[in-house]
Amino acid sequence: MKSLLLPLTLLLSLSSIAQDKFFTRTGHIWFFSSTPVEDIEAHSRQVSSILDVTTGEIVYSLQMRSFEFEKALMEEHFNENYVESEKFPKATFKGEIKNFDEINLSENGTYQVVVAGDLTIHGVTNPVETEGTLKVNGEKIHGKSTFTLLVADYDIEIPKVVQDNIAKEIEINVDINYEPYNQ
Amino acid sequence: MDMLEETEEQTTQYTIATFKSTRVATGHSIERMPQRQLDFRVAHRFGRVNSGAYEFFGLDQSNIHLSLEYGITDWLMVGIGRSSFQKVVDGFYKLSILRQSTGKKVMPVSVSLFSGIYANGLKQSVPNYDYYFSNRLSFVHQVLIGHKFNELISLQLSPTYIHRNFVETPFDSNDIYALGIGGRVKLTSRVTLNAEYYYRLNPQSEFATVQASNPLSIGFDIETGGHVFQLHFTNSRSMIEPGFIGETTGEWLKGDIHFGFNISRVFNL
Repeated sequence: MKSLLLPLTLLLSLSSIAQDKFFTRTGHIWFFSSTPVEDIEAHSRQVSSILDVTTGEIVYSLQMRSFEFEKALMEEHFNENYVESEKFPKATFKGEIKNFDEINLSENGTYQVVVAGDLTIHGVTNPVETEGTLKVNGEKIHGKSTFTLLVADYDIEIPKVVQDNIAKEIEINVDINYEPYNQ
Repeated sequence: MDMLEETEEQTTQYTIATFKSTRVATGHSIERMPQRQLDFRVAHRFGRVNSGAYEFFGLDQSNIHLSLEYGITDWLMVGIGRSSFQKVVDGFYKLSILRQSTGKKVMPVSVSLFSGIYANGLKQSVPNYDYYFSNRLSFVHQVLIGHKFNELISLQLSPTYIHRNFVETPFDSNDIYALGIGGRVKLTSRVTLNAEYYYRLNPQSEFATVQASNPLSIGFDIETGGHVFQLHFTNSRSMIEPGFIGETTGEWLKGDIHFGFNISRVFNL
């Protein structure tokens, strides 16, 4: 009996580890800068993120170089002059779902969540709080959120000549499809 | 967060912005126009600074080179241009064959191949002599090898071969070999200091008609959104390869210095 129990408990504990964390490497984050002169939009589809459904902890990481712009020169200027990707290659977010007690992610459904944490871009960390949704569908969780941030908060300089082309407030969209994390 | 680091796939990071422009100063850099981007360039070289106040230190005289340069793909650009000096029409292509990268694939250098053809448009009046169109042509081939050491410093070597179909005397060499070296130092995020020098490998005796010297250019690149301004001081008057590598007559030490600038305006097609 003992010899049977051991593999069984091992199996159970393993499967529970697998259900703890949800994960992606191909999350989609994009941003908009809208001014009367010009609309600028860039997409990254290489966002890594982990959502821990037992604690409500959530982390994001993305390479700034992975943002793709419509104009190649914009992409170069973004990396070279504005976010300085060589010095600060990554943007990260580390936070948690604040209303985690009120929701049960083991049941299918769409949940309104409030996520709060620290967002680091261009080497500058600021607290961020935003609303979003988590849609649980069996083994998959789909997370979505939109929020705005101020360029000035992240020490990103915009020279006077292009002041009318780049918005001071940037809209960030997050769209992540999580899958169970199996090691 | 540590777990994320572990799971992140190793990707290849291609080096961008080794130079701000497709030119180091006068000569080509390894950079090319990205796909579907059109670069309209206006380049000026004024007269010699040491020509004095009467010539307003060279600013009374001006040579202009206009060109349209287009990225067919991210690795192939073509261009056409026209110089007022010697009324030369030129065409070129630049092919990017290696890109410097780190990460999964490591490549220490970026390499571009450049070839150009140049047609001198001056009226010829040689008595009793058939002057063929082919006599007007010169050809240039370059291998541009660039390395971006870090955010601040990039260097480039440019082995160059020039063939001139027609030279004035038997003492002039049809073929010119040169080794170019160029570099940049980034001063601020929008301003770089550039320098470029071409060392001609032929003996001086092979430049009989035009007593050529080696071209040296020093200048700044200033970037403002869609424009790049390149301001420089140089001892060459011409802005095209056969001209500034093969026929530069100015000497820095004598004060034969020309002020010049390139303006580059990129359009998205």
